[in-house]
Amino acid sequence: MLDKSTLLTASANGARSANGILPLELKGLSLESRAGRLIDQIDLIVEDPGISVIMGPNGAGKSLLLRLMHGLIAPSAGEIRWAGVPMNDEMRQRQAMVFQKPVLLRRTAAANIAYALGLRGVARSERRSRAHQALQLAGLESRASTPARVLSGGEQQRLCLARALSLDPDVLFLDEPTASLDPASTLAIERLLLETQYRGIKIIVVTHDVGQARRLAQEVVFLHHGKLIEHRQASCFFKEPESDVARAFVAGGLVI
Amino acid sequence: MLDLSEAFHAALRLIASLDPQLVEIIGLSLQVTLSAVAIAALIGFTLGGTLAVYRFPGRGFLAALLNALMGLPPVVAGLAVYLLLSNAGPLGVLQILYTPQAMIIAQVILVTPIVAALARQTCEDLLEEYREQLRSLGASSSAIVMTLLWDGRYRLVTAVLAGFGRGIAEVGAVMIVGGNIDHVTRTMTTAIALETSKGNISLALALGMILLAIAIAINVALMGIRRIASHFAYA
Amino acid sequence: MPRGLLRRHCLKLAVLTLLLLGLAPLAPRADDNFIIVQSTTSTQNSGLLEHILPLFTKKTGIEVRVVAVGTGQALKNAENGDGDVVLVHSQPDEEKFVADGWGVKRYPVMYNDFIIVGPAADPAKIAGLKQAPEALKKIAEAKAPFASRADDSGTHKAELKLWGEAEVDPKASSGSWYLETGSGMGATLNTAVGKQAYALTDRGTWLAFANKDDFKVLVEGDDKLFNQYGVILVNPAKHPNVKAKQGQAFIDWLVSSEGQAAIASYKIDGQQLFFPNARPQS
Repeated sequence: MLDKSTLLTASANGARSANGILPLELKGLSLESRAGRLIDQIDLIVEDPGISVIMGPNGAGKSLLLRLMHGLIAPSAGEIRWAGVPMNDEMRQRQAMVFQKPVLLRRTAAANIAYALGLRGVARSERRSRAHQALQLAGLESRASTPARVLSGGEQQRLCLARALSLDPDVLFLDEPTASLDPASTLAIERLLLETQYRGIKIIVVTHDVGQARRLAQEVVFLHHGKLIEHRQASCFFKEPESDVARAFVAGGLVI
Repeated sequence: MLDLSEAFHAALRLIASLDPQLVEIIGLSLQVTLSAVAIAALIGFTLGGTLAVYRFPGRGFLAALLNALMGLPPVVAGLAVYLLLSNAGPLGVLQILYTPQAMIIAQVILVTPIVAALARQTCEDLLEEYREQLRSLGASSSAIVMTLLWDGRYRLVTAVLAGFGRGIAEVGAVMIVGGNIDHVTRTMTTAIALETSKGNISLALALGMILLAIAIAINVALMGIRRIASHFAYA
Repeated sequence: MPRGLLRRHCLKLAVLTLLLLGLAPLAPRADDNFIIVQSTTSTQNSGLLEHILPLFTKKTGIEVRVVAVGTGQALKNAENGDGDVVLVHSQPDEEKFVADGWGVKRYPVMYNDFIIVGPAADPAKIAGLKQAPEALKKIAEAKAPFASRADDSGTHKAELKLWGEAEVDPKASSGSWYLETGSGMGATLNTAVGKQAYALTDRGTWLAFANKDDFKVLVEGDDKLFNQYGVILVNPAKHPNVKAKQGQAFIDWLVSSEGQAAIASYKIDGQQLFFPNARPQS
């Protein structure tokens, strides 16, 4: 049975090191808008190789934080550093992201992966084989020549994940990857994530689903109104949240 | 009194007999407009895609200008090209006034704004969906333009059809720069104008019906491609 | 070949074909043996040029490309050098064209006559009048609709001259009974027929016109309705691109006995449209 405890041991045995670009350091990170502070002075260090889950009620700023980490948005204030290096294009190339709604081009499943590989400069001859490898990983081999947008929601998201993995990233970001999927697809995605982490890729996931967080998280980053409320080991966090907000959220209440 | 059925029968007779003059002017009309559309597509897609993706000073103005040029009267475009290509003008040395080439140039000016504006709209719509993912994958702005254009290829078919419609239907530009010279620059529309001025109303109407039929056929064919495409969720 | 790849290739092929179709007309012209003649709508619409030009081409191998616009535009185009020969019908303008150095020499070629046509009802009662200015005066007095070309053409200038002799200023009534179409002869005739208006037209265009409705020739035969055509070579000194040799060959043919005979032989329903009157060449 593949679960996070087995995997942690495995990766600790050095299956692969994501230490290339960890630790991630956020210092005084803020994001302002006309509405106010969307992200408020976040100080955070992420160095644990296990899966990190960013949690919190809707509107807490989870997705924004993810995008700041991945360099899709620029902060209004503060710093983002990967292994001491400020966020730049090169760092972004070593990361990949999967969005809540699968974004696929109007071409076949395999072609979508080949496209991403092409952007990374992978030789044309290599693209096919690597694409098929990635499809295999996600269990989508049989769908290789299917137009990507004809696939089911779950298959599309698995494809997006396969595409991200084909790029051999050091860090994989996921923004509510299973929010619109059925339980079977959700299970498939979560299994893929656990396998991915086993191979040593650092995963940072945003989710509002407490159950999913329990299943996946090694460490938890809890946000509320753009502020960092808690950053702890998952087991401790779920057993006994320190803050009232987190406690209420974990218990399943509506947190304003 | 105008007899529409007389015109309709005249049209059928012309088509059935494959009247050589008719074939000649249809051929020239298609040659001029299809060429112009092909060139306009190259320019227009690039322009539209660039406007959608890149940010640069004057971008808004350029977009507005392009939209405005969609309403450029054909006769004005014809006049402008005539002044350029006339022997008294800057490009007179090219000696292409009163040739199909001049007509193609004039039509490119008319068709490009439409194709560019529609391409821009298509790319902007697609960009909303794709922007974050493409940036995450590390696509450069130029790569994004190419990706959007290819991804929106079936929607761009509509842009091309709109441009084709504008070209095949206009008479002002091709009349001035082409001169409506028999066997050289006489197209469907200039022939219709000529026959009307000779009082051959039925013949003019017949030619008009044939022109309409051709335009419809081309539209149907291309929309058929789109239908097949949406079947594969490529549209 | 995987289906997606095949479709892509088909698309690329289609684009390539379109491009080739587009570039084909841009291939260099092999045959340069043609002249451009700036002429009027009356010579084209009457069918005269269609009749006589093939004879010239057969004899000399020179293709004649005709741009048929109004006299004013024809002369302006020629001033720009966009033609090798002009064939129009407005003597004072033609003489000015040569005097200003744009043309080499004016040769009279042929003549026909203008006629006043109108609805069978003839509200101004001008049918059979022998004097054109008198007819125009009656039209003005009756405020009967009259369609004018108003486009600076030979026909238009002749019409204005006749109004002058009738001592009437029709422009004052422009928009009410005097309709200035600003168009060629055919378009103006269409307007006239549509509005049941009188019009001044050259006989050639009228005979060939297919939309006569119930219109009749009401006034003809006045000397003032004489319509002379002239042909001029555009001055190569002003525009080096002018094909002087071939242009002159065309003029020479037009005024030669052969060309003159060709003009005379053009008939519609047995009626001759144009009457050759070139001066005998030495």
